[in-house]
Amino acid sequence: MFYRENGQFKSSYRADLALFPIAQDRWAMLALAAIAFVGAPLLASDYAFRAVLIPFLILALAAIGLNVLVGYCGQISLGTGAFMAVGAYAAYNLQVRIEGMPLLLSLLGGGVAAAVLGVMFGIPSLRIRGLYLAVATLAAQFFVDWFTNRVAWVTHDSSSGSVSVQTLRILGHSFDTPAQRYLLCLALVIVFGLLAKNLVRGAIGREWMAMRDMDVAAAVIGIRPVYAKLTAFAVSSFIVGVAGALWGFVHLGAWEPAAFGIDKSFQLLFMIIIGGLGSIAGSFFGAAFIVLLPLLLNGIPRWLGLSMSTATSSHLEHMIFGALIVFFLIVEPHGLARLWSTARQKLRVWPFPH
Amino acid sequence: MGFFLETLFGGLMVGMLYALVALGFVLIFKASGVFNFAQGAMVLFAALAMARFSEWLPRWFGFDSPVLANIGAFVLAALCMIVVAWLVERLALRHLVNQPGITLLMATLGIGNVLDGAGQLIFGSAAYKIDVGMPKEPLIVLDKVFDGGLLLNTEDMYSALAAAALVTLLTLFFQKTSTGRALRAVADDHQAAQSIGIPLGRIWVIVWSVGGLVALVAGVIWGSKLGVQYSISLVALKAFPVVILGGLTSVPGAILGGLIIGVGEKMSEIYIGGHLGGGIENWFAYVLALAVLLIRPQGLFGDKIIDRV
Repeated sequence: MFYRENGQFKSSYRADLALFPIAQDRWAMLALAAIAFVGAPLLASDYAFRAVLIPFLILALAAIGLNVLVGYCGQISLGTGAFMAVGAYAAYNLQVRIEGMPLLLSLLGGGVAAAVLGVMFGIPSLRIRGLYLAVATLAAQFFVDWFTNRVAWVTHDSSSGSVSVQTLRILGHSFDTPAQRYLLCLALVIVFGLLAKNLVRGAIGREWMAMRDMDVAAAVIGIRPVYAKLTAFAVSSFIVGVAGALWGFVHLGAWEPAAFGIDKSFQLLFMIIIGGLGSIAGSFFGAAFIVLLPLLLNGIPRWLGLSMSTATSSHLEHMIFGALIVFFLIVEPHGLARLWSTARQKLRVWPFPH
Repeated sequence: MGFFLETLFGGLMVGMLYALVALGFVLIFKASGVFNFAQGAMVLFAALAMARFSEWLPRWFGFDSPVLANIGAFVLAALCMIVVAWLVERLALRHLVNQPGITLLMATLGIGNVLDGAGQLIFGSAAYKIDVGMPKEPLIVLDKVFDGGLLLNTEDMYSALAAAALVTLLTLFFQKTSTGRALRAVADDHQAAQSIGIPLGRIWVIVWSVGGLVALVAGVIWGSKLGVQYSISLVALKAFPVVILGGLTSVPGAILGGLIIGVGEKMSEIYIGGHLGGGIENWFAYVLALAVLLIRPQGLFGDKIIDRV
């Protein structure tokens, strides 16, 4: 009733290609941006920033990156944690070793380093497919784990193996409070989100999707597999690398290699599967789900007034988390993004569904 | 030369154990097309069940024969794994027929989470031990040929023998029984098997049970070597390169892959690792598997991947 496009006519090709063709969507997005930029900093507590909003934004960014590779190009990767680690450590080294290096350039440099590694580990994808490739990408994970643990140069010869970043300054403005850090992440996430959204709508995105649907057929109609697959790896790892650098610099502050272990890779894969493969909005849904679920599960026994040992509750949390994942995969294998689009479709035709 | 042979034997025996875990993957992948990331959790669950039942049974029934306790615990743990297999089929797999591989893979990760939690909730999360009476003292052979002889770990040797016996049994089961024939039919073609009256659901329960039993044997062997604790589920990560090296669908591939990875790991650690700062065995196996896959994308013995447009 309220959500329909009757009377909204397009009179130019530009309007036809708009990101949000329906006016209500545009208003909703603007309202969402206003809430995110103005409402949240005014209302949210420091705890909410640290435990919910900042991790959500950064993981959503990483999920977008992974979605480009898995959801759009169809190459399953289990090495996302490694690319995050490379982004974080490269940015750290740029920051520490070069005097007066601007923070934003370091973050982007982390992305570039991750992209280079991504292309290197993407080369086997030209020959190896499917589950074989998925397992082969674990090679990147374990190699980077080992590299960051053993090679002292990476951690700037710190004795404990952990590194830390004290101050975040951009153009003389320092980001100290959680709210400021949140705004920094938000700005970056929006920039990269729009970038990714437009990439996947463009020619290159269509090439990726053709590769995903059937690579032999795509090659037959003239899409170069080498170019399509390697650009997907490069773009994906770049975004994941920037997210990794943010995760280290903004969320953790001080970290060691274990922060980017194989668990992180699986967590990100969960996000895009639950959120929806091949959907930018899905990456946000998935990240929100995976960030909020453990917090909820943690809180439930407290709200119900049950007392149980931490070990028991952590095992229960594990079980419920796993069961919910299986449940979601069964009821909606296409992820939350599909639920969202179904709901929108229902709204458009309501109250006359035929 | 003596040292080289010792390393070689050590690698072969570890490789046999990797093969045992990899076998669980291959069996389940062949019959249901599911790449079972929960195999590690199944090993942990089975090992925990075995360890705790062998501790509880004597207390419940008031006997103190370790042999009886171990046999009883093994049977009970096997029953547990069958129940797990049945639940997995009933609650998850049945509803996920015809989904793409990655969805199934994620579902098994979820199942793995549930099993991790359930196992530690039911059986406790401390470190336990399994004692099935394997001899511990090392064996020295060929001391006439080499200076000082070859030092062999008898425990490893018995484990490798047990693994070999299990593989033989499984091969017989697959080749000689009618259930085995049905399993092979399902592995070849789900639809064709269904159309000649093979009940797919029951076959999946059977194959997950067999996977569970293999996990149990692997759990008992690894558990008696390293003790039973959460880290035992990470053994599965060692088995991944084995599976892709040998080919996802090949039982002989899993065994040969295990041996290659086992030997390769030990050799690389000793002969290359020193130059790189050590600890390279974690990723060396993967890089080795990757190198082989670049030449043969379907692994050493996997079914050839045919593209149809």
